[in-house]
Amino acid sequence: MSVVLETRSLCKRFGALTVADHIDFQLQAGARHALIGPNGAGKTTFVNMLTGRLAPTSGRIFLGGEDVSTLSQRERVRRGLGRTFQINSLFRGLSVVDNVALAVAERRGMGGRLFRSASSYADVRDEAMALLASLGLAEDAQVNLANLAYGKQRLVEIAITLAMKPRVLLLDEPAAGVPSIETHRILDVLDALPAEIGILIIEHDMDLVFRFAKRITILVNGATLLEGTPEEIAADPRVREVYLGERHD
Amino acid sequence: MRHNGSYSASPRIGLIEWLPWLLGVAAFFYLPEYLSLGARILVYILYALSVDLVVGYAGIVTLGHSAFFGLGAYAAGILSAKVGVTDPMLQMLVAIASCALLGAATGALILRTRGLTLLMLTLAIAAILLEVANKATSITGGADGLSGITVAPIFGLFRFDLFGKTAYWMCLVVLFICWWITRRIIYSPFGASLVGIRENHVRMASIGSPVSMRLLTAYTLSAMLAGVAGALLTQTNQFVGLNVLSFESAGELLVMLILGGVGRIYGAFVGPIVYMIAQDQLAKQFPEYWSLGIGVLLVAIVLFARGGLLGIVDLVVAHAKRGKSAFAGKEAP
Amino acid sequence: MQELIASLVSVAFHGTAYGMILYVISVGLSVTMGLMGFANLAHGVFAMAGGYLLTTAMDSWGVPFPLALVISFVLVALGSVVLERLLYARLYSAGELAQVLFTIGLIFIATAVARLIYGTLQQPVHLPEYMKGQFSLLGRDFPTYRVFIILFGAALVSALWFGVERTRFGAMVRAAVDNRAMAQSVGIDTQMLFMATFALGSGLAGLGGALGAEIIAIQPSYPFEHLIYFLIVVAVGGLGSLRGPFVAALVIGIADTACKYWVPEFGAFLIYVATILLLLWRPAGLFGRQA
Repeated sequence: MSVVLETRSLCKRFGALTVADHIDFQLQAGARHALIGPNGAGKTTFVNMLTGRLAPTSGRIFLGGEDVSTLSQRERVRRGLGRTFQINSLFRGLSVVDNVALAVAERRGMGGRLFRSASSYADVRDEAMALLASLGLAEDAQVNLANLAYGKQRLVEIAITLAMKPRVLLLDEPAAGVPSIETHRILDVLDALPAEIGILIIEHDMDLVFRFAKRITILVNGATLLEGTPEEIAADPRVREVYLGERHD
Repeated sequence: MRHNGSYSASPRIGLIEWLPWLLGVAAFFYLPEYLSLGARILVYILYALSVDLVVGYAGIVTLGHSAFFGLGAYAAGILSAKVGVTDPMLQMLVAIASCALLGAATGALILRTRGLTLLMLTLAIAAILLEVANKATSITGGADGLSGITVAPIFGLFRFDLFGKTAYWMCLVVLFICWWITRRIIYSPFGASLVGIRENHVRMASIGSPVSMRLLTAYTLSAMLAGVAGALLTQTNQFVGLNVLSFESAGELLVMLILGGVGRIYGAFVGPIVYMIAQDQLAKQFPEYWSLGIGVLLVAIVLFARGGLLGIVDLVVAHAKRGKSAFAGKEAP
Repeated sequence: MQELIASLVSVAFHGTAYGMILYVISVGLSVTMGLMGFANLAHGVFAMAGGYLLTTAMDSWGVPFPLALVISFVLVALGSVVLERLLYARLYSAGELAQVLFTIGLIFIATAVARLIYGTLQQPVHLPEYMKGQFSLLGRDFPTYRVFIILFGAALVSALWFGVERTRFGAMVRAAVDNRAMAQSVGIDTQMLFMATFALGSGLAGLGGALGAEIIAIQPSYPFEHLIYFLIVVAVGGLGSLRGPFVAALVIGIADTACKYWVPEFGAFLIYVATILLLLWRPAGLFGRQA
């Protein structure tokens, strides 16, 4: 298997505070990898550095073997890095299908065309519709996004990211805010994602993590504490120690 | 009634969208004594359309679009009064080119900022132009305004007459062309992406959209439209006053736009028509009460009817439809 | 040489007085914008109201000058609370465009009302005798009233900074500017806080308008005409900051006076250009938190 995403000695400091401390991390092609850790461990900072929203203090990031450390968000997206947001980040005034079609159009490099009408690009719409259908959202395509149930909005969030045909997908708490009875719907979608995409999931819901991930990395205080299979992680005494502080809530 | 670039909405021009043009032509024949007011309204519709593109569609809150309107007006005026270029098409082209330059140059600098800073920068740019126009009296005429503007017949055929007939037709035709182009832009993938940026610029960036470039393009296009409007104003009035650059007039334009409805294309039509006809009828008799009324209206619209007049129409239509579908026993939650 | 020094001193002096007025008027805008994120273009209305109240109180009600200043502050502050509760508060979570349009609407209303009551001419200010003379210092004469403005402004600035740094109210304001959600979660009543800050800021604007009525003429076009200067002070100084606008107000006051003295043909052109350059270099202003 090949490595699609890699960080070498990635550091981020805000003044005296170190939120990422020499993180070495590898994501394999087609991986189902989870990043977990207590609140404030630096997970979101790590993801933001991967996507280019935050510039690391030092260290390097490789995407498909290419050093992307200094590239913009847009450049990284074009090289196949997709992400979803912890809090829904959607186009509220638009229909569901347009939410997805915008991303399809950008991927195809025709999002800035000025003269033909958007709806004459039937292939863009069809691709968006197919994607929505694969996530069970076909019936909601014409609904205004703001009127969609929250759980379904989470799925649109994933659909937009998939529309970019990423090689690497960063899922930032895909089940956040979804009632626990409905998380299985999210999980169904995740299970059906194309096998070749390397997925890194950041999630608090341990049931979801252990059902989905084949590999788990634990981040504590900005540093990698441990990496291994779910079995290894579950068996490690240090993990329980880290989580004891959090588990009583 | 909302017109949005969409991958699933037909861009076909609906029957009702021909109504303004029908009215525009009818006004020429049935209201000949109001042609100069009519031409002014057409100019302001075009100006409002340009502002709608940036404010309503791209979501750039600017107070400085008078810079482009004014630049277009002065470019055409100076060209005629000081350089001796009287051909209207040439004046128009120079106005468009100078606005494109100013729009691209200032846009490239200021569109990186947001919020108060952006507001401030747009305001400061317009203020600079006002200051220049005010002080460079030898070129612009300063506070007295720029007069001595002559406009040659259009294509050497249509002379600008005393009754403003040619001017009216010119405004109507130019507005039609600009409306057609703007509408195409709005329905294009580019237009759809502008709405995406307005709704969520962070997300647009994260799906790989070149947000700054899109905004800059929209800003420059809109600057060119405003420049056309400015040049038209000069050609119809054969005079340019400092007020084209003033903050009050920029504010007034925003009033017209929100009165009609922001981000809907036709809000830019309805607003200036209603506003300027009302102004024509009322403002001279009661100048104090006029601006009081405008203020109250603006506050009321913001508090109670954010969508403007067309928004109210939408609500009424939606209400009527809901009445029907309730019959079918299918009430949307 | 003598002449140059004399003009330098004069520009610095008058510029400082003007800067003080700008600061007293604008500081409230900085705090309300920083605290509530409200784009209040109508801030100048409060300053204008203060000016009209001062002249009315002195000329029609026969109130002495110092008391008239107090009246301007108090009445404008009270009036602004009514506006805040009835109107502004509804738009705290609305978009920037709505806020901008709403406050432009308020300017239209205020301008019209001022014209209806007072006409279009600028209001004469009848200063008391003891403010009219000259004040000698180091062999130079300075107009007493400007000296008073500078001293009064300095005292006010000190009181304000002391208040914000040392009092409980100040601590709450600072906390809420830094992080509203956090402030709310530790039990600060942000609604009350907004109201009180808004009243204080508007009251100060009223006081500044009254105090500066002789420098910035009171007339109906006031809120439109001077808006850009108030905004420049806030944008250049930095939102939510007390010190930033002070530095900015003094710099702009002095620079503007200098420009009008030496290069009147440029008008405010240089100030605007400098503002643009500065904001491009530091979008959040001199003392604002850069995003």
